[in-house]
Amino acid sequence: MEGLTQQALLLSLGLFVVGALGVFLRRNIITVLMCVELMLNAVNLAFVAFSRQLGTLDGQILVFFVMTVAAAEAAVGLAIIIALHRHKDTLDVDAFNIMKW
Amino acid sequence: MESTLTPILFYVFGALALAAALVVVGQRNPLYSAFALIVTLCSLSAIYGLLGSPFIAVLQVIVYAGAIMVLFLFVLMLLNVKREEGQGASTAVKGLALVLAVLLALEVGGVLLGVHFAPAARGYDASTQKMARLLFSLPYVYVFEATSILILAALVGAVALAKKEL
Repeated sequence: MEGLTQQALLLSLGLFVVGALGVFLRRNIITVLMCVELMLNAVNLAFVAFSRQLGTLDGQILVFFVMTVAAAEAAVGLAIIIALHRHKDTLDVDAFNIMKW
Repeated sequence: MESTLTPILFYVFGALALAAALVVVGQRNPLYSAFALIVTLCSLSAIYGLLGSPFIAVLQVIVYAGAIMVLFLFVLMLLNVKREEGQGASTAVKGLALVLAVLLALEVGGVLLGVHFAPAARGYDASTQKMARLLFSLPYVYVFEATSILILAALVGAVALAKKEL
């Protein structure tokens, strides 16, 4: 079944595009973070598909590390969101402009 | 491993994952977005199983759908997040986002559809035992140790950031 790799990569592309759209379109910072997770998952799917196609396990090891980094990123990101919420009392991404000039 | 049912199941779970992903982006209530994201992650887990990666499939459910999404839901409920009001992004940003997304989809999709993939490698075995042997062998074991430092840093960082006064 050679078509499965191609279909998995197309699905991965679709998920990545949807996630990228969400980062642009959504105003809630937690939803933006969830869209980033969606993009990470799309990349994981591409890794698994290529790993199966090439018959090596290195792609799967990379998925393992991506998951670890995603977990760390979610923990720190959500902690930052809690700290931001304490200061601004909102989760709108446009409200956090203190680093802008 | 692969039966005649594999393509059908792949389409079913792939469509489910994509539909739930669209709900994640389209939904104004972040709580519903989180639940839709859980559906996406579980469908992806099924797809990993279909692609012959049982270890990653289980990890996906435990780490993503379990740990990470519980963290998201916990924060959503802790902060009592309301439904997103107003117009959302400005029209310029919306247009730019759509143009960029279509461009990306056309570019990568065109390349993917143009490539002819050779048949997948024979004898692909992604069992947990094989994974563990590779993970703890020489090139990757350093990365594995570095990951533990990353997790420790994230742990300390999250506690320090979320504390009442810094």
